[in-house]
Amino acid sequence: MEEKLKLKGRVFKFGDNIDTDVIIPARYLNTQDPKELASHCMEDIDKDFAPKVRPGDIMVAGHNFGCGSSREHAPIAIKASGISCVIAASFARIFYRNAINIGLPILESEEAAREINEGDTVEVDLKNGTILDITNGKKFKAQPFPEFMQEIINAGGLINKTKKELEAKNV
Amino acid sequence: MGMTISEKIMAAHAGMDSVKPGQLIEAKLDMILANDITAPIAIREFEKLGVDRVWDRDRISLVPDHFTPNKDIKSAEQVKMVREFAARMNISNYFEVGEMGIEHALLPEQGLVLPGDLIIGADSHTCTYGALGAFSTGVGSTDFACAMATGKAWFKVPESIKFVLHGKLNRWVSGKDVILKIIGDIGVDGARYMSMEFTGDGIKNLSMDSRFTIANMAIEAGAKNGIFPVDDLTIQYVKKAMESGRRKDSYKIYESDPDAGYSRVIEYNLDNIEPQVALPHLPENTRPVSEVNDIKIDQVVIGSCTNGRLEDLRVAAEILKGKKIKKGIRCLIFPATQKIYLDALKEGLIEIFIEAGAAVSTPTCGPCLGGHMGILAKGERAISTTNRNFIGRMGHKESEVYLASPAVAAASAVLGKISSPEEVI
Repeated sequence: MEEKLKLKGRVFKFGDNIDTDVIIPARYLNTQDPKELASHCMEDIDKDFAPKVRPGDIMVAGHNFGCGSSREHAPIAIKASGISCVIAASFARIFYRNAINIGLPILESEEAAREINEGDTVEVDLKNGTILDITNGKKFKAQPFPEFMQEIINAGGLINKTKKELEAKNV
Repeated sequence: MGMTISEKIMAAHAGMDSVKPGQLIEAKLDMILANDITAPIAIREFEKLGVDRVWDRDRISLVPDHFTPNKDIKSAEQVKMVREFAARMNISNYFEVGEMGIEHALLPEQGLVLPGDLIIGADSHTCTYGALGAFSTGVGSTDFACAMATGKAWFKVPESIKFVLHGKLNRWVSGKDVILKIIGDIGVDGARYMSMEFTGDGIKNLSMDSRFTIANMAIEAGAKNGIFPVDDLTIQYVKKAMESGRRKDSYKIYESDPDAGYSRVIEYNLDNIEPQVALPHLPENTRPVSEVNDIKIDQVVIGSCTNGRLEDLRVAAEILKGKKIKKGIRCLIFPATQKIYLDALKEGLIEIFIEAGAAVSTPTCGPCLGGHMGILAKGERAISTTNRNFIGRMGHKESEVYLASPAVAAASAVLGKISSPEEVI
């Protein structure tokens, strides 16, 4: 499960405190199917998001992205919608953890969240955390991940990392 | 420098003498939990790990409480998956409808979570157990899946904010008002990634039920956990809960050192806190109920992991006794566990509710997250003792939820608009 390290896509922009209830309303939590979840992603605040989003597109948001419930359905829905990366000024902690655990690339940059506009084309280099807004020519640098989290990301998520550790123990 | 109660619990479970905020650790867990929404994803992920048994069948709690009693076929399939997994893994603490309660009221009541524990739950309100002096935090399904196999989880040690509470609450003011006031002051990300530690001479005047409510909503300020010191009231509560015999081990009491480090210290005088209401669509939009005028409502919800405990029902009954719910208003009451339901029945509270015209339901998270049992139509408005008032939280995206205490919710049910208990009594 290797993630693409260089991403390029159009931006869907959202504000502060985007909660997991708007990312994926609880009325759809009677399924675990990523595609079905993706078809309802963001629908209560932007009904055009799910029909318009294309593989590789990038989500940009303000502070405290993903606040509220612990539902992993939220990063799963975003990932399955085709979004390749979420850039936010800051993330709520359970969402941050879940995104890393399931392998949804996320980057934290207050500046990028402020300067990038809806519809811009943005290029992201996950390896060194650089963000380039091709539309307005501005460059940003995201907060680096601590080594431990980078290990989870490199392993392709927490399940892969844990599996390897369990296998190593049993050998 | 000394350590906070949270740092001490983390250090002890990581097998270290001390930890500092920002440090990444791997720690042993005492209890883990998931519900009918988060467990199905976790079970699928667990199966990818290639192990055929769980780490400890007595330290996993599976509580189908969100869309139960099964609201539709898909929900029934999800619960079935959890039930079959619990049977296959011989998990002791699976709670079927009939003994099921709302997880964060049920686990403390059943003595499954104890002071000094390190707990993760695939539910954001897992922070509730901090009321018992445990370090307890919400995670996602994948973290829960890995913990089912290993009994461990990774943590970043959080910084702590100290909330020093003085004095005593006035009549009709409860833990809900305290936490809404705090969230209103610091904002929905005011404690993001942090520990909210509640302390001070006012703690002794807070009931256990109020403490559970306060710790429960720490997540609504973005916190990793909320935590209280252990006192005589806690020990009394825990002693009774442990009679269930579900936990075979004992507990340990941790205390913050006098020289522990805090990023902020905020003081409150409980005497000065008025009943609060959080307006749509964020829990930080709080104001005293006296400043909320002429907000007509369609529905009242009293229940949830935040406010479905016996004390909450008693307060609601005190206000509703001998009165009628205003015509045209739906008032829904959800005792959080079967034991709370039975106690309320024996005390005559259920009779008061039914006489007043309220509907009383078996325990479920139901309407709190817009699942079932009380969904709002377009343009409808509810006052609710639950914990979130996000867009579409209880139903249609153009419906509204106002958060308040059981006292304010009950008073509002009588008058049909958001009201202070004093307007009714």
